[in-house]
Amino acid sequence: MLAQFLQFLFSGVTVGATYALAALGFTLIYNASNVINFAQGEFIMLGGMLAVFFTQAGLPYPVALMLAIAVPAIIGVLLEKLAIEPVKGAETVTLIIITIGASLVIRGLVQVFLGKATHSLPAFSGDTPIEILGATLMPQSLWVLGVTALVVVALWYFFNRTLQGKAMLATSFNRLAAELVGINTSWVLFMSFAMSAALGALGGILVTPITLTSYDAGIMLGLKGFVAAVVGGLGSGLGAVLGGLLVGVLEAMGAGYISSSYKDAMPFVLILLILFFKPRGLFGGKSTDRV
Amino acid sequence: MTKNPYFGLFIVIAILLVLPFIVPNSFYLDLVIRMAINAVIVLGLNLLIGFAGQISLGHAGFLGIGAYATAVLPTHFGWHPVLAVMAGAAAAGLLAAIVARPIFKLKGHYLAMATLGLGIIINITLRNEAAWTGGPDGMPVLPMALLGVELSSDKHWYWVVALLLSVSVWASLNLINSPFGRALRALHGSEVASQVVGVDVVRYKVAIFVLSAVFASLMGSVTAHYVGFVTPNLADFFHSIELVTMVVIGGMASVYGSLVGAVLLTALPQALATFEGWETVAFGAILMLCMIFMPKGLVPTLAARFGKAN
Repeated sequence: MLAQFLQFLFSGVTVGATYALAALGFTLIYNASNVINFAQGEFIMLGGMLAVFFTQAGLPYPVALMLAIAVPAIIGVLLEKLAIEPVKGAETVTLIIITIGASLVIRGLVQVFLGKATHSLPAFSGDTPIEILGATLMPQSLWVLGVTALVVVALWYFFNRTLQGKAMLATSFNRLAAELVGINTSWVLFMSFAMSAALGALGGILVTPITLTSYDAGIMLGLKGFVAAVVGGLGSGLGAVLGGLLVGVLEAMGAGYISSSYKDAMPFVLILLILFFKPRGLFGGKSTDRV
Repeated sequence: MTKNPYFGLFIVIAILLVLPFIVPNSFYLDLVIRMAINAVIVLGLNLLIGFAGQISLGHAGFLGIGAYATAVLPTHFGWHPVLAVMAGAAAAGLLAAIVARPIFKLKGHYLAMATLGLGIIINITLRNEAAWTGGPDGMPVLPMALLGVELSSDKHWYWVVALLLSVSVWASLNLINSPFGRALRALHGSEVASQVVGVDVVRYKVAIFVLSAVFASLMGSVTAHYVGFVTPNLADFFHSIELVTMVVIGGMASVYGSLVGAVLLTALPQALATFEGWETVAFGAILMLCMIFMPKGLVPTLAARFGKAN
């Protein structure tokens, strides 16, 4: 009983951490530019796929992983420079379509150059499962959770203790006011795309040894990250992390106790319920209209 | 608005009357039929996106409801096909109303998220309830007879679809120029202002969303009958995106733009099929380029340029 529950919890929290990283990516970009970046899931996929590609190309593991984070970050910046900045102030629908277009381009290119096969990465520190009260925990899960926790702490430090971080926060509160006090808001936009692409890629790399990856893995991961961001109240960093974990755990519990074939539907049922009963998200503050 | 707004409608009808006699073979007739089916769906969706300023990322879900209603109800319950079509449309409309009512009381683009979720839930349900729906493989649709004539050949379906398209264009034009349409346009312009002059914002938005869902469901039924087979791909996320793309590329809030968008994007996969594997890239790139350089869409952009030249 308890062992089974723990087992579901472990797998839920692990996947949830990936959703949390994706949700943080959504939140960063949304705060900086009010854009909901539907290409976020592709960065997760890119992280995993590029890590596989670079290791197969014979690069040492750490170098391959670094590159698999750096390349998506560059692509994120390119996306911002080439496609988002030129249409500043466009309607939301336009921005949504642009990011959806970008996600198709990324997915298509990966399909053409890296193929349609499913890939895996070796776990960072072996495959010997750890026994906890009858449930097993893969060492890779600890990597996922540990790195996610580190990222959250680093982001907290960045936003609360550094000038650049505070500049980004200020921009998300009021762009015009931020510009007036001399903050370079186009730099903020640049940073937010680089950071969210890197966060997504990082999540993708971490989780690939557990869940495997393929060119089309980004769609569901991205959409669930989006759900997590909304559950947490779009725009709230802490909310994104809690939302991600909640969505992951709910999905794992639903798959375990209710029906595994409806696993992928759980996050979307959750999002509908939340929109009906608590539209600002579970952890979202009071409504602040962004006109 | 000095020229007759129905001028374009006459051209559409004229083209529809001539087309079946000039298409070279059944391959192109099939393409034309699918273009026309998409055009009707896009007309409905454009009312929502272009006039109410709301986006639905799960419209293929409503399509799926219509398609599977016509497949499942006659097969498993012996319903008359026409009754099944109407039941599907009613179910889609009802579902849209239930979802939309609480959502539209919120500001912002929450409908995008809600419809996204709804579409995915519908798709997953269709895939999983294999006993009823045939699962991922889909299921055949029993043929339908109208007025004693069994609709089986492509020619029959061409005329059915052509009629539906003409009626939809006519209805859309009328709707836009009715008080309802003016209220919708006001809504897109400024919600606060339209509220001030007495437009019941929530009611209008719900009505237009329900209408577009019913359009989609009806055409889902038509697709199911025309193809004779339904699969869950009809209701997947990518198809929803395709539909939104047709609206946006053709031109938001443009009736003829909807037609152009549907025609272009239905033909695009055929044109790209020669570029083995590059279809997705090309599709995405076209989306991005269109939105960056012609955010208003093809027809309104060209119309503006043409108007200036005059």
